[in-house]
Amino acid sequence: MTLRTAIKLQRVQARSRFELDVDFELAAKGITALYGQSGAGKSSILRCIAGLERQAVGTISYGDHQWQSTRQQVFVAPEQRAVAYVFQDNRLFPHLNVEDNLRYALRRRYASHGPDINDAVEWFGLIALLAHYPAQLSGGESRRVALARAALSAPRLMLLDEPLSGVDKAGKASLLQAIRHLQQQLACPMLYISHHIDEISQIADHLMLLEAGKIVSQGPLIELCSRIEESLAHEQDAAAILQCRVVANDAAFDLTELLCGDEQRLYVSQSQLRLHQLVRIRIPARDVSIALSRPDDSSILNILHTRIDALEDTHSGRVLLRLNISGQYLLARITRKSALQLGLHKGMSVYAQIKSVALLNQALPVGTLDHE
Amino acid sequence: MTPSDISAVWITLKLAFISSAILMLIGIPIAWRLSQSHWRLKPVIEALVALPLILPPTVLGFYLLLAFAPDTLLGTGWQQLTGTPLAFSFSGLVIGSVIYSLPFVVQPLQAGFEQLPRDILEAAATMGAKPLDRFISIVMPITKRSFITAASLAFAHTVGEFGVVLMIGGNIPGATQVVSIALYDHVETMNYVQAHILAGGLLVFSLLLLTAVYWGNRGARLWR
Repeated sequence: MTLRTAIKLQRVQARSRFELDVDFELAAKGITALYGQSGAGKSSILRCIAGLERQAVGTISYGDHQWQSTRQQVFVAPEQRAVAYVFQDNRLFPHLNVEDNLRYALRRRYASHGPDINDAVEWFGLIALLAHYPAQLSGGESRRVALARAALSAPRLMLLDEPLSGVDKAGKASLLQAIRHLQQQLACPMLYISHHIDEISQIADHLMLLEAGKIVSQGPLIELCSRIEESLAHEQDAAAILQCRVVANDAAFDLTELLCGDEQRLYVSQSQLRLHQLVRIRIPARDVSIALSRPDDSSILNILHTRIDALEDTHSGRVLLRLNISGQYLLARITRKSALQLGLHKGMSVYAQIKSVALLNQALPVGTLDHE
Repeated sequence: MTPSDISAVWITLKLAFISSAILMLIGIPIAWRLSQSHWRLKPVIEALVALPLILPPTVLGFYLLLAFAPDTLLGTGWQQLTGTPLAFSFSGLVIGSVIYSLPFVVQPLQAGFEQLPRDILEAAATMGAKPLDRFISIVMPITKRSFITAASLAFAHTVGEFGVVLMIGGNIPGATQVVSIALYDHVETMNYVQAHILAGGLLVFSLLLLTAVYWGNRGARLWR
């Protein structure tokens, strides 16, 4: 399904004036993250897509369905768009208990097939909460109910607005896992808002960057993270994301060995990973340093042989490097002085010393959601 | 109680039931529109609805009497439609009561609707609930206290009305004579025993009904 959106929305509040002006086409599949700072207009885009902003001017269509066209005077009501929305403030119905909140969506679901109550209760660990009223739930519990309720609508498209906000750290990991699982179960495309890049790098396939009401770029997550001309790579926490395969578990040293591309090996702290499983790792640009020859007297374990693919001066005494590792990219941020002393240039062969590697989308045992 | 008193009680109850039903029917959409609207002229509509609260009933009754006359548009229209005149008829009483008690229905409903968290209606819409469905499944259960209050006040206020009925009803026993008018007649003819029965009855009835309303609202939150 292709989501086409060309929308202008103006909102004048007290003294601030906000203008959303976006025009994008998105092959909606998997999870697409909408990333930007607070006030960039992320929620406004979702609200327009859901049909909750009647003042928005422009066109929105999804597959063959035209949802809005100001010129043709078309505006499909939200209840006819078959879109489910998980709001940042959950919006559970206060007069219904958890079970009836779930049934509310189930009774009105958009498709004849879909998950039933038992599925949703199992995915989000709600069995003990069914008789509770929303006022009795914690933030994390409410969020799980809201997600389960949205799933029971059997929608064509799911919109999630900061679904991890207000959830504690342990809850976040299991909720991410549950959302991933949900996406696979429903096979329903998701648009996912967040202003935390680490959260996005764990869950998204595709990324859209939003700044001050405008889309500045979009593309596959892994590719976008390594585009050094984009603002994303220049952020303090900029990081590259790589796809690797688990090749060995080294019990003696509590390490897991990953293969990146055909020959480059990386070690991470041992985890419950299956052999040959594909994993994503995240390597912050500031944790990568450069050496011209392979250092054999370093405590750093992960040293990769790479080629400099691009250099970009960040105008703050730093240089951002993009390094090619068998077709994937690594980012390194070093001082301009070092770059000059080493005489770094495009195409040069160097060694990247990696101080920290974060394993993303760790497989969690089923049932972890019951204990938040 | 005399037979004409009994028929007065019967007419009063019938009038109160029919008027309350019509009041709820037209009061709900008016209250909903007022609660959702940011229209510039909304205060004018609100003032019109609230007018019977402060206007002497005789003023309202006087204008209604003029409007019901057989030579007006309303009077002739009604005559042609039903074959009976509107003035001094039971139907005339119903129209008068509805206008007279309208604020007692619209105001509690509007207050209830305005307190309703709007964003959960958006949430319901994204689950496929159409406007009427949203009203029945979300708005009504959450504001049910306002509905009970509105219906009770409409009923009680219609039972207790006097001035409008006196002006437009004609005080015809068995047709348009209600309890409050029958009471007035008894007092006029110094028939205090009969007057006590009707007056005491109305007093106790009104007190019981209002107590029930406030009892129900006791400590009531917006929901549950």
